[in-house]
Amino acid sequence: MGDPMKIRARLQGDVADVRVLMAHPMETGQRKDPSGKVIPAHFIKEIRAELNGKPVFEAQISQAVSRNPVFAFRVKGAKAGDKLRITWEDNTGDKRTDEITVGG
Amino acid sequence: MDQTRRGVLKGAGTAGALVAAFATGALRPADVFAAWNKSAFDAKSTADALKAMNITSAADSADIVIRAPDIAENGAVVPIDITSKIPGTQSISLFVEKNPFPYVGTFNVAPGAEPYVHVRVKIGESSNVRAVVAAAGKHYQTVKEVKVTIGGCGG
Repeated sequence: MGDPMKIRARLQGDVADVRVLMAHPMETGQRKDPSGKVIPAHFIKEIRAELNGKPVFEAQISQAVSRNPVFAFRVKGAKAGDKLRITWEDNTGDKRTDEITVGG
Repeated sequence: MDQTRRGVLKGAGTAGALVAAFATGALRPADVFAAWNKSAFDAKSTADALKAMNITSAADSADIVIRAPDIAENGAVVPIDITSKIPGTQSISLFVEKNPFPYVGTFNVAPGAEPYVHVRVKIGESSNVRAVVAAAGKHYQTVKEVKVTIGGCGG
């Protein structure tokens, strides 16, 4: 369980502009520590976003995404008070889910 | 912590979780999208990754817009915006062609979302960035070059 995500959803008409910042090292498995040992890969593999329980956005990503990943996407048909829930899961099976209220 | 022990524990944890998930057949009840495509992510060239994703041909399209810096001073964090104006866009996949593993990921756009995504990626050296959009069973692509200056003088 990582640190909380920072999620922001700004309404523009019925479109929610969502930005999310996840705290994650996104280790590639290519880097070495000072003693020459390979640092094991540790990265987010999957992201899911649900608006009021309905999937609206989903991604499968690799270690090529920068550390502490930032994503932005747009959700149509959102209104103030909707619940936006975002989940990530990494390659070690670690997960985190955070929820915000749109426009709240 | 001891590095080897940590790696072993992590590996065991992942494998165990996956086996359990597949055994129950309930990996994600709410998930209507495809699973993590390991062979595509492990591919060492864009062509191999596309093959692993069953994408045989992609037409060049001006309706996909990649917004990325022409010159990135810091290859560890390169912001990329992709917008697709193709009707019925289902997913946007991103490749950084010269990375050791070019396939960055796929962003699935559910009906009711707009085909736009912003992501920050690592780019090892100056490379073409390719976006492949799936829409109504067809694939479209566009390419943009991003130069990376390791020294960070802005070139």
